Amino acid sequence: MSDQATARVGAPSGSPPQAKATSFLSAMEVDVRFMGMLCALAVIWIGFHILSGGTFLTPRNLWNLSVQTASIAVMATGMVLVIVTRNIDLSVGSVLGVTGMIMAVVQADYLTPTFGFDNPLVWMLTLGIGLIAGAMIGGVQGYVIAYMGVPAFIVTLGGLLVWRGAAWWVASGKTIPLTDNNFKLIGGGAEGAVGASWSWIICAVACALIAFVTWNARRQRTRFRFPLKPLWAEFTTVGVGIAAVVAATLVVNSYVLPPVLARRYAEANGIPLPADGSALAIPFGYAVPVLIAIGIGILMTFVATRTRFGRYVFAIGGNPEAAELAGINTRRVTMMIFALMGALAALGAAISTARLTSATNAQGSLDELYTIAAAVIGGTSLAGGAGTIAGAMLGALVMQSLQSGMVLLGMDTPLQNIVVGIVLVIAVWLDTMYRKRIR
Amino acid sequence: MAQNTGTPLVEMRDISISFGGIKAVDHVTVDLFPGEVVGLLGHNGAGKSTLIKILSGAYKADTGSIFVRGQKADIASPRDAKAYGIETIYQTLALADNVDAAANLFLGRELLTPWGTLDDVAMEAATRQVMGRLNPNFRKFKEPVKALSGGQRQSVAIARAIHFNAKILIMDEPTAALGPQETAQVGELIKQLKDDGIGIFLISHDLHDVFDLADRVSVMKNGKLVGSARTTDVSQDEVLGMIILGKCPPGATRGPGAISDAELAAVAHHA
Repeated sequence: MSDQATARVGAPSGSPPQAKATSFLSAMEVDVRFMGMLCALAVIWIGFHILSGGTFLTPRNLWNLSVQTASIAVMATGMVLVIVTRNIDLSVGSVLGVTGMIMAVVQADYLTPTFGFDNPLVWMLTLGIGLIAGAMIGGVQGYVIAYMGVPAFIVTLGGLLVWRGAAWWVASGKTIPLTDNNFKLIGGGAEGAVGASWSWIICAVACALIAFVTWNARRQRTRFRFPLKPLWAEFTTVGVGIAAVVAATLVVNSYVLPPVLARRYAEANGIPLPADGSALAIPFGYAVPVLIAIGIGILMTFVATRTRFGRYVFAIGGNPEAAELAGINTRRVTMMIFALMGALAALGAAISTARLTSATNAQGSLDELYTIAAAVIGGTSLAGGAGTIAGAMLGALVMQSLQSGMVLLGMDTPLQNIVVGIVLVIAVWLDTMYRKRIR
Repeated sequence: MAQNTGTPLVEMRDISISFGGIKAVDHVTVDLFPGEVVGLLGHNGAGKSTLIKILSGAYKADTGSIFVRGQKADIASPRDAKAYGIETIYQTLALADNVDAAANLFLGRELLTPWGTLDDVAMEAATRQVMGRLNPNFRKFKEPVKALSGGQRQSVAIARAIHFNAKILIMDEPTAALGPQETAQVGELIKQLKDDGIGIFLISHDLHDVFDLADRVSVMKNGKLVGSARTTDVSQDEVLGMIILGKCPPGATRGPGAISDAELAAVAHHA
């Protein structure tokens, strides 16, 4: 035990420190599991970079990776809550399919004809209708699970078939193209990115937020005279956070539009072309779906850790009987979790439909498995009671990195599936070992 | 010692409940006065825990009624029971293992900030205060309760019951997981709570404990009440006879579950 570190934890009178800082990591209050995942991600990235001859860690690939991850990452945040309460949702891929189809049909057949092309109301109503449809589908499944007592596995397995069938039925198996250009921005692409200046503004806001949250937490603890983290640890945490945000912004801003698109963009926005005829550098910046995913991640983390609902979700996962005896309406909470999952699947549908600019009835096939895998790789325990939103999103990024890395290496699809399957099992095995050790 | 006159703090009258045809509690009547400790005794499966779970709102009685301070109380859920000031320390402790002490203490009754978010800091402060009283050496405020020892977990469960100004406290085997020193601490706490005018139902296997702490005992056997008695009016052996044989001694009020004299004679004959 390090005496130095112990001495640094200043104990205000009346409340001695509850944990002595034994090392650098514990003084920083770092989540060791999360760090482990970041290291795994770094290994995967660097490994693919070397194997692919330097094409993985390029702005272009990383930007695409971030866009490809967005839909699964959004859904994984909801899957965490589902799995934490010892449930499972096998229907998310099909719910994504049917809500995507509903949104495309509503937009193409009703909204655009009513309001005209690219009316701002169109994308808002499309998204709103999709989210409500998703929440209702999830709510119905949740009702059957919570109030009628049918196991979640069975209900959502049924849902997997029902909603896939419904997706086919809504459009009689046709592929429905989207008509609204504003809605397509949700999916990313050259237009669906915010550009350099906005990216820097978002970066600045994010950095300010990190600093504020840390400062606020410290102020609260000071107010009640609780033991504090050493100052140097606070500064390191904030510093690392800000560095990560700035680095990400630099990456997305160094991915520039291809020359043809850049010229069109410049003409459309009245930007003068360079006189010497050299290529115009117009950065993409953050993609809209990525910003949506990050926003959802922050929102869901807030819900999970700062609200009563989130507290109940974890309490139910830890001990359903105790939650019931504490007077929590566990059935209502369970139903709400599934409704929320449905709404998030609809948001995932908006992202993936907008990215493909059309809805197909096979859309989202197998997404339930990727979503569950992302949550589980991200440290959500299938036994219930444990899991974090950030971990699940990182899990989604790990999965997507593996897949897109293997595509870069030109591996065959069957081999890709074999690798992803094996990685999932190994990740859960490592997690089991880790949990046994800390107990 | 509390005088049993006037309105009881709580009265459970003629309570019955059955599970799949088995009468777990069969027409049992018990009462509790302010500042009084009533020990509920009986074998495993005698129906003690079921009876108190009806009072704490976990089960709904098939027949019978509950009166709190003379008023008929409608208790359909744990939340209702808590609204009447009835707090319970369950034998299983009923803690959510994966969250910390403060989250367990305030489970279902979280403190909120003006913005409607969880006020974790205020909850931790309150937890530090109440735990400081119960278990001054407790330090693990940030750890999930599964990382705590049996005694520490027990003190979290007790803290949860006493923090919200309970009027009626149900303790189901409160010392089961405790060492001798902690058991003595709980005994002190019970005396302290008694002085505050709180009524306590104490369920315990340990006859000595009950005789030390309780003013009265009610004994159950096979779901029926054998009888009730002041601890000063009966001996420990007589209470043991009530528990094992269902034999109601002269110092006790007879209940429907008591063995009749004829049956008793038959038992004595066999022996």
